[in-house]
Amino acid sequence: MAFAQQSSPHAHHARPTSRVMLWVIIAALPGLFAQTVFFGWGNLINVVWCVALAMACEAAILKLRNKPVAFFLKDNTAAVTGLLLGLSLPQFAPWWVSGIAVMSAIVVAKQLYGGLGSNPFNPAMVGYALVLISFPVAMTTNWAEPALLWDGAPGFSETLGTIASAQQTAVDGWTMATPLDEYKHKIATRTAEEVLAHPTFGDGIARGWEWVNAGFLAGGLLLVLLRIITWHIPIGYLAGLVLMSLAFGNNADQYAPLSLHLLAGGTVLGAFFIATDPVSAATSHQGKLIYGAGIGVLIYLIRTWGSYPDAVAFSVLLMNFAVPFIDHYTPPRTYGHHKARRGVPGRKQG
Amino acid sequence: MTQLWDFTGGIHPAENKHQSTARPIRDAGIPDSLVLPLQQHIGEPATAIVSVGERVLKGQKIADVSNGLGVPVHAPTSGIIENIAELPVPHPSGMNDWCITLRPDGEDQWIPLEPTRDYRNLERGQVLELIRDGGISGMGGAGFPTNIKLRPPRDRKVDTLILNGAECEPYITADDMTMREQADEIVAGLKVMAWILRPERCVIGIEDNKPEAIEALRVATEGTQIELAVIPTKYPSGGEKQLIQILTGMEVPSGGIPADIGVMCQNVGTAVAVSRLIFEGRPLISRIVTITGEAVREPGNFNALIGTPVQYLLDQAGLQPDKVNRLVLGGPMMGYTLTTTAVPVIKTSNCVIAATATELPAPPPEQPCIRCGECAEVCPMELLPQQLFWYSKAAEFEKAEHLNLFDCIECGACSYVCPSSIPLVQYYRYAKGEIRVQRAEQLKADRARERFEARQERLEREQQEKEQRRKERAKAAAEAQAKKKAEAEKAAAEGDAVDERSAKAALVEQALARKKAKTEAAKPQAPAAEPAQDKPDLEALEKQLAQAQSKLETMQGMLEEAKAQQADNVEKLERAVAKNHDRVTRAEEALADARQKLASQPESQSTE
Repeated sequence: MAFAQQSSPHAHHARPTSRVMLWVIIAALPGLFAQTVFFGWGNLINVVWCVALAMACEAAILKLRNKPVAFFLKDNTAAVTGLLLGLSLPQFAPWWVSGIAVMSAIVVAKQLYGGLGSNPFNPAMVGYALVLISFPVAMTTNWAEPALLWDGAPGFSETLGTIASAQQTAVDGWTMATPLDEYKHKIATRTAEEVLAHPTFGDGIARGWEWVNAGFLAGGLLLVLLRIITWHIPIGYLAGLVLMSLAFGNNADQYAPLSLHLLAGGTVLGAFFIATDPVSAATSHQGKLIYGAGIGVLIYLIRTWGSYPDAVAFSVLLMNFAVPFIDHYTPPRTYGHHKARRGVPGRKQG
Repeated sequence: MTQLWDFTGGIHPAENKHQSTARPIRDAGIPDSLVLPLQQHIGEPATAIVSVGERVLKGQKIADVSNGLGVPVHAPTSGIIENIAELPVPHPSGMNDWCITLRPDGEDQWIPLEPTRDYRNLERGQVLELIRDGGISGMGGAGFPTNIKLRPPRDRKVDTLILNGAECEPYITADDMTMREQADEIVAGLKVMAWILRPERCVIGIEDNKPEAIEALRVATEGTQIELAVIPTKYPSGGEKQLIQILTGMEVPSGGIPADIGVMCQNVGTAVAVSRLIFEGRPLISRIVTITGEAVREPGNFNALIGTPVQYLLDQAGLQPDKVNRLVLGGPMMGYTLTTTAVPVIKTSNCVIAATATELPAPPPEQPCIRCGECAEVCPMELLPQQLFWYSKAAEFEKAEHLNLFDCIECGACSYVCPSSIPLVQYYRYAKGEIRVQRAEQLKADRARERFEARQERLEREQQEKEQRRKERAKAAAEAQAKKKAEAEKAAAEGDAVDERSAKAALVEQALARKKAKTEAAKPQAPAAEPAQDKPDLEALEKQLAQAQSKLETMQGMLEEAKAQQADNVEKLERAVAKNHDRVTRAEEALADARQKLASQPESQSTE
């Protein structure tokens, strides 16, 4: 008899990567639904386009790299990258802008660094940051007006036509600045009350945006409950942003209030879906808290004193740089040790 | 209620224990032949003290450890020693090792047994000696000789004695059934160990998935001060370090032993063995083994003689050979696969799983690590398994060690949950092995360098001493010459005034001068070398010379041959010949030196 030879353990009960990623996709649906309800078909079209292109790019590069294409495509990670870009790009972003974002995310940020697990930077945010810097006009003028309460909102075909056409002339009537952008640019010359009278803010905090953020929050909590992500990064992230906002932003006539920071931009999407990308985040619990807090603080700094209204992408990328450093100094204390061994191993003499 | 603590991490694998608890412990009986490995525990292997063809009785000592850490091996039944040879033994590598094969004669005849009436009348050392002679080593995991473990370092007082009945591995029920059926013996054995150690607290730790065992022990411990701690079911609660943390809240220091914090852990099976030894005089010749898995029809626990082939037990449990795919010795989390069913049960074998392909399927292909951190969540040692994996894979062993690689207990929880199905534990074993090899090599290189340096120094010193001696001799000779000349001149001047007396006095003076020179020459040397100097071993030196010459001849022969064949090692050989030539010259010199010295010796002796 020949018996199978295997190294222990012989029992396995893992949730495979593909299922983890599937849960991430499912958890993003409430937010996507809210986006569609409040801002029209734009995000949905973007998501479909970005996911399809991401899978295609991944397949092509895997083929070029002589890797098993089906094996890696099935892990759903490329789909998640596409999804995240689709969720975060402006609703009317032209197809080629989102296309460039997806290609640079999958081809450059992910596969050129060695594929799944080897990328030091969050691929989706690399793509986002690239198009934000390269095509500032397309990236800032294509945000949809909240559609729910507006009779002239574009339908599916109009939205698709706008995204697909190279000319962006038709959209002028449908778009407006994002709440954070609006607040940032107007507050210099007006009072908070005057600024908040703008229709983008509505009766609540920021019309539509608050519900989108609530949708992502629900999905994020689901991910925490399913133990797909731990609470450390989102909590560190939100705590960093909240503390900065409380410390510096107490005057609403000067800086955006806390409510806007939390619910009027990509904050919640970033906290639960983007910063938590395990590949490019810190590893230990303590490290995750520091990493998350760093992102939160950077978001506040860039939003308040930088030149971009939203700052999730840049903050995440900047903290990605710091991950190896954070990891070196935040290993957990091992059982039976007095304290954690921090830093790099000392060179032995002799 | 005993206060319990929790340990970080841990997993809840499917238990699969009910299969093997449906039946009571069955007696496996005596197989056709018993294979007794000489090494069944950590430490030194035993040496056979019987010869082939000899008849032995049940319980007779057939192998013992005379030097170092270890316990003897006893004949599990009466019979004839068939052979002593290298046979397959239970080992992860599937290696062969020395074993005594015993052919039972079916009579199962005991040696006269000497139970200890009251161990309390004995010295503690005597009881420990009995435990050693009974061949008892830990029956739970690694199998450490029990008598050594029961004798903690002098400065370490054991306050808490823990009996490990957690049995957290899936499938295994050997300890469970032992607790159910032999609870009184467990308590009796625990009392003996407690008497040896005099702890303040005795605790039996059991996972709460064994209600029958808990009940049996509750009855058995009634009226005693032994605590029964029912702990939550979580793998690896039965790991020594984890159980100690659960029951005491303390952590065993890294690199230390439980006794460092005043704790000791023993397995319940070991307690039974101790009880049987003390109260019945029976050495450790059998143990309870779980035979389970979907490829056997009647899984259960067997009381098997040590040395019983696994095949024999599988047959008794109704093995379906066409179904078995993987054979695991031990549990599914930490056990290892067997290559053959010919291996015997040894003192540490607690379970054999004959698994079908669907029961323990081959893991899916390895995917890239996405640093999800699941492994760190379940690691009971609070390590960063994925960092260790990266460093092990990249052969950055220094970094892996820095992140406490050697604290890994290889429980397999990380591999169990890994979404990328990376065989993490295998990477850690690899890294640990590589580091050990590197260390051994480093040590070897260091020693070789030290030896080389010491030799260089010695050769240099000898050369200097030789030079020094030569100078001294030359000086003394010159002085003697000068004196002689002066005397001759004096004599010539004084004419016939030289009488016999003065001639004698001159001779004595000369001898004294020589002696003085000699002692001065000998001064810088070590006193031990002196006698050898005074009497050089001519024979040895001649032998050396002969050897050097013969070597030179061989080398020359080889050189000529090499030259004839135009081999590419001619240069090397030429160098070797030159070196040997030097050696011959040196040997000749040494011999000549020695001869000269010997010639001058009778004189110097006469002056003493």
